[in-house]
Amino acid sequence: MWLFLLTEIMFFGGLFFSYLLYRNWYHDAFVVASNQLSIPLGATNTAVLIGSGFFMALGVWAAEVRKRGLLVIFLILTTVLGLVFLGVKYDEYHEKWEKHHIPGAHFDVSEFVNPHAYGLKEEPLAPDMAQKTQVFFFLYFAMTGMHALHMIIGVGLLFWLTWRAHRGDFSSGYVAPIENFGLYWHFVDIVWLFLFPLLYLINRHPGT
Amino acid sequence: MSEHHDPEYHDAANVVNPEHGSHHIVTPVTYSIVFGSLLLGTAITVKAAYVDLGIFNPIVALAIACTKAVIVILFFMHVKYQSKLVKMTVGAGFFTFLVLITMTLTDYISRAWGLW
Repeated sequence: MWLFLLTEIMFFGGLFFSYLLYRNWYHDAFVVASNQLSIPLGATNTAVLIGSGFFMALGVWAAEVRKRGLLVIFLILTTVLGLVFLGVKYDEYHEKWEKHHIPGAHFDVSEFVNPHAYGLKEEPLAPDMAQKTQVFFFLYFAMTGMHALHMIIGVGLLFWLTWRAHRGDFSSGYVAPIENFGLYWHFVDIVWLFLFPLLYLINRHPGT
Repeated sequence: MSEHHDPEYHDAANVVNPEHGSHHIVTPVTYSIVFGSLLLGTAITVKAAYVDLGIFNPIVALAIACTKAVIVILFFMHVKYQSKLVKMTVGAGFFTFLVLITMTLTDYISRAWGLW
């Protein structure tokens, strides 16, 4: 399982690296675009995901001490919090859709060229730099989308594991599937622990 | 590791799983402390984002994120209680990743950095 997670580190690492590089190249565009994300929503989701990971960890414990009922409850709580996270993420994506902040032919730079007209306290960007906000949003959707895809796969596996746990598969000493899924779920947590500060937080004070 | 071995829950079926952490069972108390410290870390990083620290804003944010990640890896993912082989595997993964990042960045910043 750990070897699989190492390949995942490399996979997400590639995305993080391109973010690092483009943030340095198009710094002003990344700052303004990043500040359009909602910190309260991002912080709520971080707490929700940490809670989900906490229940998963408790689930591993319940499997190890062979408590079938508790294991099922903890797995369900893990799933519910995972779904809450995805719901909030959907809401954030939907807002981007409405504001035409999804990269492509319908992308709208007006908020970045003329932020004061939209009540934003950002410095206006030159039109060519404003176009580069698309790079930020592309990476935002690529990174959070890949993360969300991992969560959707995880939730699918959770349904299966919950059903098997209910059947009693993991309450007689055979805990490897629960342990390994726990590792996967915590890994996805860790990816978000980095995504949240990098995408939402670090640009509030551009330092220039 | 073996001193935490609890024979009541020992199962031969798990001995073949090298990631089973020598049957060490992390207690819910430990998990709760970890949970609390992760939430605390999140609160601190959000607060810190609103304070103007200049170039240190990203550094502080990443330092907190790394600390949280290490806590998750050590306790939620049980690496603290694992064999040396698993510890080496995890360490090697992050080390290789850092080497790749460093070499790629070295290449980028030694070319036309800032001149596009």
